[in-house]
Amino acid sequence: MNDLSRLNTEPHPDTHPASERLDLRLMAEMVEPGARVLDVGCGDGSLLTLLRDTRQVDGRGIELERENVNICLAKGLAVIQGDADTDLANYPDDAFDYVILSQTIQATHRPRAVLEHMLRIGRKGIVSFPNFGHWRVRADLLLRGRMPITKNMPYSWYDTPNIHFCTIRDFMGLCGEVGAQMERAVALDGGGTPVRMTLPWWAWNLLGEQGVFLLRRERG
Amino acid sequence: MNDLQKLAVEARAQADEPASLVMHFTADEPLRMDCGVAIAPWQIAYQAYGELNADRSNAVLICHALTGDQHVRNVHPVTGKTGWWETLVGPGRPIDTDRYFVICANVIGGCMGTTGPASTNPETGKPYGIDFPLVTIRDMVRSQAMLLDKLGIKDLFCVVGGSMGGMQVLEWAAHYPERVFAAMPIAAAARHSAQNIAFHEVGRQAVMADPDWAGGRYLDMGTRPRKGLAVARMGAHVTYLSESALHRKFGRRFQSGGAPTFSFDADFQIESYLRYQGITFVERFDANSYLYLTRAMDYFDLADEHDGVLANAFRGTRTRFCVMSFTSDWLFPTRDSRAIVHALNAGGASVSFVEIESDKGHDAFLLDEPDMFAASRGFIDAAARARGLA
Repeated sequence: MNDLSRLNTEPHPDTHPASERLDLRLMAEMVEPGARVLDVGCGDGSLLTLLRDTRQVDGRGIELERENVNICLAKGLAVIQGDADTDLANYPDDAFDYVILSQTIQATHRPRAVLEHMLRIGRKGIVSFPNFGHWRVRADLLLRGRMPITKNMPYSWYDTPNIHFCTIRDFMGLCGEVGAQMERAVALDGGGTPVRMTLPWWAWNLLGEQGVFLLRRERG
Repeated sequence: MNDLQKLAVEARAQADEPASLVMHFTADEPLRMDCGVAIAPWQIAYQAYGELNADRSNAVLICHALTGDQHVRNVHPVTGKTGWWETLVGPGRPIDTDRYFVICANVIGGCMGTTGPASTNPETGKPYGIDFPLVTIRDMVRSQAMLLDKLGIKDLFCVVGGSMGGMQVLEWAAHYPERVFAAMPIAAAARHSAQNIAFHEVGRQAVMADPDWAGGRYLDMGTRPRKGLAVARMGAHVTYLSESALHRKFGRRFQSGGAPTFSFDADFQIESYLRYQGITFVERFDANSYLYLTRAMDYFDLADEHDGVLANAFRGTRTRFCVMSFTSDWLFPTRDSRAIVHALNAGGASVSFVEIESDKGHDAFLLDEPDMFAASRGFIDAAARARGLA
């Protein structure tokens, strides 16, 4: 379920090993120390380990692949083999300070329902996803007429676990629909570096390979 | 005397004088049971492996299943078979006897040396039979806690068990949360389902329908309800397997000659296998114990002990849990384990869950399942580091 974990083991011509760590570090920095965190689609537990070691969080994970769950167990993480689409409904309201969807939402069957559960279960949510609005994606479609294969989306269209792609603008639209307030929004370029804050949204949507959002429920 | 008769004599002797460690409780140390009766004196038979460390922090309690016993990793004194969980417990195994002090006790109501219906009632000098009070999973756990008190073990590093053993693990975590650092219930449920109660009832009725059961007083008469208990065991054994495992092991293969005999002899290999399972079981296991222990499982409903809300059983617990189930287990299916996981989540507990891919049915927890060993090792090693046992 978590593409990042696969990326870590599968070299890709475009891969910058440090960039994944930057992506995780950026998300970790959004979390207040000592918080209770649920990482949905936690992969091999890299982010949960980072959160535990640098932010002293009380972390939990959900992961689809048993091999990954076993890796997490060996790291001493509390991880449940399960599915974001079906299992989030069983969590009580406000059970966590943060719910994280790291490179997970594009692989769910019902992204909107998952996002709604995230805002119900956690006081805040952190979502990262590959941006389908990136210029290289657009160029692949426009100039080559092919579905894009990039560092963050290394799969062919027929065997990708990513079934609900969106652009940064699309995601912002969904946030509005489900009543999610954006506290922070960061677009990361190919090197994993945040795109300059001063640029307008359309530029973020063009230059960001990944979007990372810190969300909270709309008040009232 | 043939081999089966020898087996029966040796098994019978275990009830009062087991070939294992025994802790005796005097008339002043009664076991107060859920049914309202207190038994005393009583005894609990157990085995121990490995060394207790100086600060007594490395004790692991194994809880055995319905027809299991305390002989986890030694040659069985009656059957001569190797221990039932040698794959999981031992030097270098996930439950490493080089690092942990591992204890397993025969359950109350059992027939391998802990007081049960086959034990001698001190008031009459005869076996208790069905005068023995009805047993619950909580009674089993209570008796184990009394054993640990006597051994000077305040808290457990880990409690592990499958099936009925997993029920005890859950009861331990719910009843003595401060005494359990880590808990691993495998192929278990927080309550026995209607279907499982039904299977148990069929088994019990088979035992009680056997004239040799003699109203539960067969030991006084020198008989045993062999046929009834064998049928109960055969039926139960089917529920421990899976359709695909049965097909793989036996298919429709004939026993000999590859042709039907046009009789009711055991033509098919599966029939012969089941009959063998039944015959060997009745000699080593007390029929009344079978009634009591199946009943204990039937009564188990952990939510019911906590105002009907399972999450209440675990609220505020600091125990780390690892719940495991098997894909082909239809007796304690994955949804039962998930219900435990959901309750633990709702109670804010630290819980991991793994569903092991296996076609071996409920019995998988006793068999060679590398994924189960890997998950157990990962969970236990990490828990040991957290407890400073590494």
